[in-house]
Amino acid sequence: MSDPYVLTVNGAERRVDDAWLGESLLYVLRERLGLPGSKTGCEQGECGSCSVAVDGELVCACLVLAASAVGTTITTVEGLQPERGDFTDVQRAFVDEGAVQCGFCTPGLVMAVHDLLDRTPEPSDLDIREAISGNLCRCTGYGRVVAAVEAAVAVRRGVAASGVAP
Amino acid sequence: MDVLLPTTIDEVVTARAERPEAMLLAGGTDLMVAVNAGLRAVPSVVALRAVDDLRAWARQGDEVVVGAGVTYRRLLGPELAALVPGLAEAARTVGSPQIRSVGTLGGNLGTASPAGDALPVLVALGATVELAGPDGARSLPLTAFVTGPKRTALGAAEVVTAVRVPVASGAQQYRKVGVRNAMVIAVASVALVVDTAHRRIGVGLGSVGPVPLPAPEASAFAAEAVDWSTGSLVELSAARRFGELVAAATSPIDDHRSTAAYRRLAVAVLAERCLRTACAAPRAPGEVAA
Amino acid sequence: MTTVDAGTAARAGTTRPGGLGGDAPRPDGGPKVRGEFAFSNDLWAHDMVWGATLRSPHASARIRAIDVSAAVALPGVRAVLTADDVPGSRYYGLEHRDQPVFAWEVVRYAGEPVAAVAADHPETARRALAAIVVDYELLTPVCDPEAALTGPDLHPDGNTFRRLLVNKGDRTARGPVVVEGTYELGMQDQAFLGPEAGLASPGDDGGIDLVVSTQWLHNDRDQIAECLGLAPDKVRLTLGGVGGAFGGREDVSLQVHASLLAQRVGRPVKMVYSREESFLGHVHRHPGRLWMRHSADHDGTIVSYEARIVLDGGAYRSSSYHVVANAACFSAGPYNTPNAVVEGLGVRTNNPPCGAMRGFGAVQVCFAHEAQMDRLADACGIDRVELRLRNAMAPGDTLLTGQVIDGALPVAEVIRAAAALPMPGPAPADPMARPGGAGRTTDGPDVVRGVGFAVGFKNLMYAEGYDDDSHGACRLERGVVTVTCAAAEVGQGFVTLCQQIGREVLGVADVVVAPADTAIGSAGSTSASRQTWMSGGAVEKACRSVRAQVVAHVAAATGAAAADLDLVDGHVVAVSGPVAVSIDLAELTAERSFTDSVRFQHRTTSPLDADGQGDAHVSFACAAHRAVVDVDPELGLVRVVQVATAQDVGRVLNPTAALGQIEGGIAQGVGLAVMEELLLSDGRPRNPSFTDYLIPTSLDVPEVVVDWVEVPEPDAPFGAKGIGEPPVISSTPAVVAAIRAATGKPLVRVPVRPGDIVGL
Repeated sequence: MSDPYVLTVNGAERRVDDAWLGESLLYVLRERLGLPGSKTGCEQGECGSCSVAVDGELVCACLVLAASAVGTTITTVEGLQPERGDFTDVQRAFVDEGAVQCGFCTPGLVMAVHDLLDRTPEPSDLDIREAISGNLCRCTGYGRVVAAVEAAVAVRRGVAASGVAP
Repeated sequence: MDVLLPTTIDEVVTARAERPEAMLLAGGTDLMVAVNAGLRAVPSVVALRAVDDLRAWARQGDEVVVGAGVTYRRLLGPELAALVPGLAEAARTVGSPQIRSVGTLGGNLGTASPAGDALPVLVALGATVELAGPDGARSLPLTAFVTGPKRTALGAAEVVTAVRVPVASGAQQYRKVGVRNAMVIAVASVALVVDTAHRRIGVGLGSVGPVPLPAPEASAFAAEAVDWSTGSLVELSAARRFGELVAAATSPIDDHRSTAAYRRLAVAVLAERCLRTACAAPRAPGEVAA
Repeated sequence: MTTVDAGTAARAGTTRPGGLGGDAPRPDGGPKVRGEFAFSNDLWAHDMVWGATLRSPHASARIRAIDVSAAVALPGVRAVLTADDVPGSRYYGLEHRDQPVFAWEVVRYAGEPVAAVAADHPETARRALAAIVVDYELLTPVCDPEAALTGPDLHPDGNTFRRLLVNKGDRTARGPVVVEGTYELGMQDQAFLGPEAGLASPGDDGGIDLVVSTQWLHNDRDQIAECLGLAPDKVRLTLGGVGGAFGGREDVSLQVHASLLAQRVGRPVKMVYSREESFLGHVHRHPGRLWMRHSADHDGTIVSYEARIVLDGGAYRSSSYHVVANAACFSAGPYNTPNAVVEGLGVRTNNPPCGAMRGFGAVQVCFAHEAQMDRLADACGIDRVELRLRNAMAPGDTLLTGQVIDGALPVAEVIRAAAALPMPGPAPADPMARPGGAGRTTDGPDVVRGVGFAVGFKNLMYAEGYDDDSHGACRLERGVVTVTCAAAEVGQGFVTLCQQIGREVLGVADVVVAPADTAIGSAGSTSASRQTWMSGGAVEKACRSVRAQVVAHVAAATGAAAADLDLVDGHVVAVSGPVAVSIDLAELTAERSFTDSVRFQHRTTSPLDADGQGDAHVSFACAAHRAVVDVDPELGLVRVVQVATAQDVGRVLNPTAALGQIEGGIAQGVGLAVMEELLLSDGRPRNPSFTDYLIPTSLDVPEVVVDWVEVPEPDAPFGAKGIGEPPVISSTPAVVAAIRAATGKPLVRVPVRPGDIVGL
């Protein structure tokens, strides 16, 4: 068992007791902190289903040693803040454009797309595809996912032009 | 404490000396795979992420010193990419955005996989690896640092602090074959560095031997084949011969990712293309020199 | 980047908001994008412990002894089970119970379960597995199906899962043009993103409650009950959130083990497979070796067809019996073939068990018959698309099995439509868009483009006399429709369809889909392109019954004629006739409810006779794919640029969802064409991880261009055909044909490896 430690997750200080030292951030989020939105798909950093932001960087939570993340700022899919209503613009676009099928990859993809649009507000098709290339999806063939990103970009463009959220 | 978060290199060295059993944790992208699979016990950890000196890079005259904690994403940043474009090219082929966020140059060295994407570039650059330990600092040429597949000359209490490479004075390329268009481990890779200042062509090869390999004969051949007054090949056909010499420098194996024969062929083709593109006057429309 | 034929929007109109034919959002979409949807590995129960499985590392061995004492002694370990601890049947299996719950005496594949443990922490469970000592006597595994056919039995049931002969017409007939080839397919994996997971809890009545990701709740229930020695009604299953399936969850994986552990420990047991265990713990697509010979007249008209199809079923039967049937019955493709001699074989080996994966049987044969069609066209000097049109089946024609196609099958129409779709432009100058992608291997002049075309078909639903059914229930109460059905939602959108049906039939916006569980009758499996027809049909029937009750009730109360009444926008209204009626359904059903529970069946089918003849199938669906690839011939790297497809869908019920099915299926077909293979070495998987079993990323999938061919299927509810399978069937051969066109290489095996293209 490791010493107790405290993680800052979605703006809250969360104490972790009685953990095994080798536990990944993904395991701790899901099994100890009641935040199962990040998904366990491969535990090798290959599928991206566990994507979270640590200090503003998109990472695979499965590859972060939880106890070493003390002092960082962690944001999971549960911590995304909708601009209005129940969804962020990216989440809304995923639902509207049919980017969700089984949904297992979806939280990770939503995190990756937010990361992309924060850095690159007007991504090209190849920019989008490169940005989500670390998020495997087996259901959609990515077509509707790319469409959702394009839709979210269009919405943001509209917001920027009008100054009003749709 | 189970997890030590030193903030200086000295603290790292002290922690390593006091906790010889501790795992050294950089980006975690290799280590945590083994931990998750139950292949690595975790007695205690020295995590490097809070050591600012490891995360810095600086130009020192004709050289760039890149801290071991610099991530692939930061290698892609415009300033560093302008100084060492080959490392930026290699960084872009590493894993996914999620891996590039946290994976570090030092981690690539510490893991010392024959497929590590930064390593062929470092070989081609003639990089020096800087280490710190209880007996002080020392440096090793990269080729002396990597001693075998996933084996290095890193001492028990040592840590890789930085890599010293020359500032680019010519084209640099990294090309990597995998069986997928993204997020794939190299089946074969080639780094090529044109050093116009020293009239030298550096070559580094990945996944075609137990360690990232140089190709000295090919390098020498290429240096002779280039008209250094223009930087282009005297005979374009020399690129093919260069590829053959590169392939001759390899000792690849068959595994579940590919065959030795294909790897040999792939590095020959990649090397030919690298040289052709880096040192050829005729360039196809839309082609951009690296 | 998908372009949809401009006619689609006009054709896919719906008469009611959120009803059939238009886009409707998924009811589970919101929870899924917010990370709130509970997949079965997200489940948690107070006091739960963790289960784990010990698997054989050997493909063939005798078990001399198993010593669990060290594992039992570990602190935190709650139970260790082996075959001796199975209270009921020691065997399970999807269609035939031939697979041991835990191996005893003998193991037949690498990955076969030998023991299971339950412990307080997953790491403790892992250590307990490591502490179990199994004394194996290693045997030489039989990994070649041909060797297994003639070698000693690997199982008391023998080594032939099925040998199916299909003989049609005159076996001596021959045309002047003959083409022949042998084709191979590697072992593809479903590689769904959500690994197997479930939570089993002991019930107060001595039964078991299991929440699990599966494709068929009731079949799992029956197998669990047999192995636990319980009556079926003591085993209650609820569908946990399913992270994709594609056939890989038709067979039981951890269901029996988790239930046994929960029964033993007396506490809830959670089991979650790692990615590696997922590869070891579910069946795969059958690898195959197929020989085919076609003869034709000079004008390309097919005269005769011979084939021998050998599918490696691995160690246990799973669905091999029916995979062989699909392979043999559809092995000539959707082409008129008057004379045929086909031998289909499913063989037991010491390789990992193979079973259902999207398009089973048809995928394997399509790769072969489409290569044959190209060869035949070339031999006859006819355009490849033209040759296919010349031989295309149509309603009234007969299958290899002698069955006359009496429903819709627009083969020529899909061929023409796919061939007419726009071609892609040149690749962008960015190396990321070329073969090699992010590896930046390839310069513009290194690229050669190729185009390939393929057509495929298969049956919809179960066959050969199987008494298939589904159950559905509908309740209208307080103005809300609640639909109940045990059909497994695995991502395909059945829950969306349920809402659309409810809205369409009952004119009510608010349709709730109840959780799928075994409290209602079986819905059958989410497979064989059958749920829209079977369970959609059951739900529609239940909704129509409720509608009829409402109409009868209002007619009686108001004196209006039932025929004059309709349900629109939450009201019962008179749309004609002398009596004005407008009754709010919410008010009408505030105090009383209307409800019905129904069983739905399709028309009967017949078994196949000794010559493989009979009306064994219900319905068929076809598609055509045209692939455009860019190839780097020197490195053997491929970039699939575009796949254009026209698909026989009957009727589009939800255009966006349909598009998603087609794009997703094509991605899997592309994967089989150029990268996906579970490699074996002496029966042992060499690449059971996402690091080395590569599935397409967003930079590997092509632009997809779709045209629907809507010819309603007369027998099908809504006229709609299942659409999930055709996209994977002919996309693979189309891509490979395109690579052949670009390189001139024969490429008779998939996945096509770089070494195959460069000639190593």
